[in-house]
Amino acid sequence: MNMHYGIYGGQYVPETLTGALRELAQTYLEAKDDPAFRAELDDLLKHYVGRESPLYYAKRLSEHLGGSRIYLKREDLNHTGAHKINNTMGQALLARRMGKKRLIAETGAGMHGVATATVAALFGMECEIFMGSVDVARQAPNVDRMHALGAKVRSITEGGATLKDAMNAALREWASCSDYTFYLIGTAAGPYPYPMLVKDFQSVIGKETRRQCLEMCGRLPDEVVACVGGGSNAIGMFAGFEDTPQVRRVGVEAGGMGIATGQHAASINGGKVGILHGMKAYFLQDANGQMLDTYSVSAGLDYPGVGPEHCLLADEKLATYEVANDDEAVAAFDTLCRFEGIIPALESSHALAYAIREAPKHDRDHIIVVNLSGRGDKDMDNIKQYKEKHGQAL
Amino acid sequence: MDRLSNIFATRKPLIIFTSVGYPTEEQNEQAVCAAIEKGADIIELGVPFSDPMADGPVISAASQVAIKEGMTLPKTIAFAARIRSKYPQIGLILFSYMNPLLYIGYDMVCQQLAEAGVDGILPVDLPLEERDELLVPARAHGLHIIPLVSPLTPEDRVAKIVEGMTGFVYYINVAGVTGARDTLPPEVAERIAMIKRHTALPVAAGFGIASAAAAKAAANAADGVISGSGFVKATAISPQAAADFTAELLRGME
Repeated sequence: MNMHYGIYGGQYVPETLTGALRELAQTYLEAKDDPAFRAELDDLLKHYVGRESPLYYAKRLSEHLGGSRIYLKREDLNHTGAHKINNTMGQALLARRMGKKRLIAETGAGMHGVATATVAALFGMECEIFMGSVDVARQAPNVDRMHALGAKVRSITEGGATLKDAMNAALREWASCSDYTFYLIGTAAGPYPYPMLVKDFQSVIGKETRRQCLEMCGRLPDEVVACVGGGSNAIGMFAGFEDTPQVRRVGVEAGGMGIATGQHAASINGGKVGILHGMKAYFLQDANGQMLDTYSVSAGLDYPGVGPEHCLLADEKLATYEVANDDEAVAAFDTLCRFEGIIPALESSHALAYAIREAPKHDRDHIIVVNLSGRGDKDMDNIKQYKEKHGQAL
Repeated sequence: MDRLSNIFATRKPLIIFTSVGYPTEEQNEQAVCAAIEKGADIIELGVPFSDPMADGPVISAASQVAIKEGMTLPKTIAFAARIRSKYPQIGLILFSYMNPLLYIGYDMVCQQLAEAGVDGILPVDLPLEERDELLVPARAHGLHIIPLVSPLTPEDRVAKIVEGMTGFVYYINVAGVTGARDTLPPEVAERIAMIKRHTALPVAAGFGIASAAAAKAAANAADGVISGSGFVKATAISPQAAADFTAELLRGME
């Protein structure tokens, strides 16, 4: 088994965690080839999550932009409102297979926290979610949802008090109780085997998209676009198009107030190779190798690193990584609301912003699929605050 | 005989971890010197890191303060060079997360450490699987890489971890993060005996030791005693408190 993606990935963890990672990798590699495991997961994805999610032609938006045809992969319609549950369902089944009684998880925007609390309730497991105190404040509705689902939420005040710090806290917790606790990582990052198994569980997005696009358009899309924080929805979308180099794969990082300001979360576009959270990858760092606190209007993208496979795809130019700033993401959010009656997550709005920028450069034969990775109900307060601060009409 | 072997051959050393730069660079240096004057044998120089995921609240908080105070890896190496020039016989280990080392570059950092008179590196987040990337440059510059064994490490893995290594083996007493505990787990002696079946290297025990009683228990089981969080706390009070803390542990080890 290969733990690395080129020079990236690996298993840079304290010795205390290596046993738990070995156990997880072994369990996953067995489960992967077990038809009963696959069948149970597929059944839950269909009847509980509500898959498959539609591929939707955004006709009014496309006509408004006057170029490419834009299709939306509606992961926002999944149970719990985001793609996160594809992964939490898979990992919860692994946890049960390993006999673990308790799930812990880190969360930024809270969507992964909600998706973890959901599967914990479904399988009758204890659940504790680690969340930076900044995110607890700006994603309060999701904190309420986690509580309603029976999970504890531990507010982390250390460092910048966002996703990175929540992940540090979750790893510390796991080191002391891995015998009965399963750490359910929410993105395609962290030590091996997480990047591999998160990708596999999210690859349903790309596989469905490919089939649906062939059915609806009679051909493959020209571009598939997804936002990239840690990169789980993007790697899942990209997975459907690994053998089709004619399909351009585009990841969109959070440019915050602009790369030049230093206030952003674009690890590939603005970072250097580093080691954190068990992996070698691109990270935003200062001149002494300390990790930087990131900034983005979107809590779910507010992470200074990115999954190892994205680093390799970027280096080998097998995928393109663009940037959308806060203002573009908020404008894209508004545009989708007004033209399609769909309220997108601020994270997904970064991918939309790219499509909105790109579409007018092409004609109607050009097809862009945007992964609408989550819904934006959780972001209403945040959007309001942003607009008030920037003097925009609500 | 190299410095570390020499120390372990003469006595059961007291190994002190310091968060370099905490609460200030000056006070930390005074505390380290005071500990050495009292009889500490080996100093682990903790490089502050923004994301100390193996550390408990005391060392994590100290790291954040040290970073704010301007402590960096290059300054830690300069700190080491000053301690070395004052105390030629003491053992000096750099205790670091991987990222600051990678940022400067492994070969460059190993060369600088060797020039500063540091004996070895204890990489916190570098397990066996990834070890060669640092082990090769470290060896080229005559530095030890200190291997870590946890309470959860199975015996066949222990054999692989210690094979061909030099310096000493760091046995982590408890699964979890750094920080003082009331008692040592009962199986520590047994675990250390198991490690010693696979290596001739000395085995030092760390994590959770912050009292004379705990130091005594660790000294009975291991070839050396490591204390971190307790010393870091004392350092924040005064160099005298750091000296008193060191003396208390040494009393336990007598």
